[in-house]
Amino acid sequence: MTDSQQPREPVSVFLVDDHALFRAGVRAELESITEEVRVVGEAGSVAEAVAGIGRARPQVVLLDVHMPDGGGAEVLRRLRPELPDVVFLALSVSDAAEDVIAVIRAGARGYVTKTISSKELVRAIVRVADGDAVFSPRLAGFVLDAFADRPGSEPISDPELDLLTPRERDVLRLLARGYAYKEIASELFISVKTVETHVSSVLRKTQLSNRYELSRWASDRRLV
Amino acid sequence: MDDVQEQQTGQDTAATGATVPAVPAAPGGEVSSAPTGSAPASAAKAASRAVADAEGPPKMYRRRSGRVVAGVAGGLADHLGVRVVWVRAAFAVLAAFGGMGLVAYGLLWVFAPQQSRDEPGTTESPRERQQAFGLLALGIGLTVVGGAITGLFQGWVGLPLAVVMVGIAVVWREADESQRRRWRQGARSGVAGAVLGDRRWSAFVRVLAGVALVTTGIGVIVLRGSNFDQMQFALISVLATLVGVAVLTVPFWLRMVRDLGEERRARIRTEERAEIAAHLHDSVLQTLALIQKQAESPREVARLARGQERELRGWLYGPSGYGQPATSDLQESRGSLAQGIAAACGEVEDTFAISVQHVVVGEAELDEPLAALVQAAREAIVNAAKHAGVEEVSVYAEVEPTAVTVFVRDRGKGFDPEAVPGDRHGLADSIRGRMERNGGTCRLRTSPGEGTEVQLEMPRKVNVKTAQGAT
Repeated sequence: MTDSQQPREPVSVFLVDDHALFRAGVRAELESITEEVRVVGEAGSVAEAVAGIGRARPQVVLLDVHMPDGGGAEVLRRLRPELPDVVFLALSVSDAAEDVIAVIRAGARGYVTKTISSKELVRAIVRVADGDAVFSPRLAGFVLDAFADRPGSEPISDPELDLLTPRERDVLRLLARGYAYKEIASELFISVKTVETHVSSVLRKTQLSNRYELSRWASDRRLV
Repeated sequence: MDDVQEQQTGQDTAATGATVPAVPAAPGGEVSSAPTGSAPASAAKAASRAVADAEGPPKMYRRRSGRVVAGVAGGLADHLGVRVVWVRAAFAVLAAFGGMGLVAYGLLWVFAPQQSRDEPGTTESPRERQQAFGLLALGIGLTVVGGAITGLFQGWVGLPLAVVMVGIAVVWREADESQRRRWRQGARSGVAGAVLGDRRWSAFVRVLAGVALVTTGIGVIVLRGSNFDQMQFALISVLATLVGVAVLTVPFWLRMVRDLGEERRARIRTEERAEIAAHLHDSVLQTLALIQKQAESPREVARLARGQERELRGWLYGPSGYGQPATSDLQESRGSLAQGIAAACGEVEDTFAISVQHVVVGEAELDEPLAALVQAAREAIVNAAKHAGVEEVSVYAEVEPTAVTVFVRDRGKGFDPEAVPGDRHGLADSIRGRMERNGGTCRLRTSPGEGTEVQLEMPRKVNVKTAQGAT
């Protein structure tokens, strides 16, 4: 549960973005509005990020999708095997489906756009630090779209991974409609914990499924 | 003062018009030269080109159309502002003096560039063409006769020389042809293309035939009067020399090929960069300038920034955007649901300076009921923007096999639907009425303090199912 107000250790955060101005802005905002998050380092390139994250061992990495030398996906590819405990939250100006799906499939636990308000960004950071997934409405829409049953789509090879349950679909729909987890929970008469479980399960399917739409998006970015 | 000068130049033009029967602007000249075919037009063109190439003296171009051999005579006529028949006659007469006309023609062929594609072509009357062929024959005849009289071609040198000439003419003409082809197709072939155009077989055969003619002619001239052994030896040494030269110059050729490719890539890059620069200038820089002017009004700044962001995003990632392949499988007809929703959201964002988050799942072509659905959704967004008192509105549209649903949600004030005064017909008419007229339904979920959600559902026609699949 993230909404509990009991004091806790601040979440250590590492910023990766090739725009120094943007890093400075995020750092200032995060440090001014909350005690829940502490910025422990930042990097402006893939190489710097790989070295810096290995040294700083943050809980959460805020990862820019678009950077020279391969971008966020490259950082994920290099660090995920070594540091399975570090959680990555993608932060990008791009809303293109390929970018969103690609970085999720590379291992990010969530995706938010840079226009997100600071308060919501903090909430997202705390949430991924707790092991949950963060779906922006747009990401929820993409995932729904990718898992949709279309007349011409490929046959399902692994129903475990390639299909969403009706409940997961409901949760995603409400996420896409802009509902918060708490609102979803009361709408569907389930607990917030259950909502989180559904979202995590959707994230896992998004990362592991071989559905044509997903692998196409991923292979367009040469991730598979 | 100015007036006087103006008159002066006017008189000048009139004077030229009288001496050279050309410039149509001159009243006197026009009358006298009217019946003489295409000359006035070409002279006028020469004049206009002289104006166009303002820097340096006017250049001479070979004619691209309406030519008989290589367009040299026509080009020279354009350049000098005289009738083409006089130029041709001059070449023919000069040919009598040891083939000087032919040499001059050849040199001009090599050194004068061909008129580019953008210039309007010249048309020649059949009579002029007939004259041209006559003069060509005359020129060749005079060359032969002149040569025979002056004893320039002793014995039978004349014949092989003629063969060489014909060979050269064939190859050069082919080079002109290939250049024209490349103009037509937008210049993207390599070195081979420069000589052969697009490697068309007919062109290849023609070039080969020309080369054979030249080689034969030269061979005959050089080897005349020698016996068979000598000839064999000479042939072998020539071949050996050619091979040697070819081997020695391999790096040079390779570099030329590479430079050509490099140059082409650089040009493509430059064009690309220019396009991006132009777009950024028209959009982003203008908006930034506006934002600086509006710096006191945060609301206006946010509105400008949001509109610009949407535009740039559309350009970068949109279906017809810069980052997408040129061929998009999106149907062009009436636009798609996603485009309609995006346009409606953008409009409201711009008008009311709020942010509208929209997510569309699935895709459908806009038919009449769906267009009504988009309109109703737009109305709902406008209502939220006007009355909810929030900065952000969420819109979610989903295309399902049997129906399309749209949710418009805000976290604002909310209201009591029972308490809405009867004269406020935004919701009743523009949303509910519109939906019901097209067979759809509209539900409303709101209460004071809880925000508002308008749920719109429009059943789909069954046969529209095929339009799915584009993301």
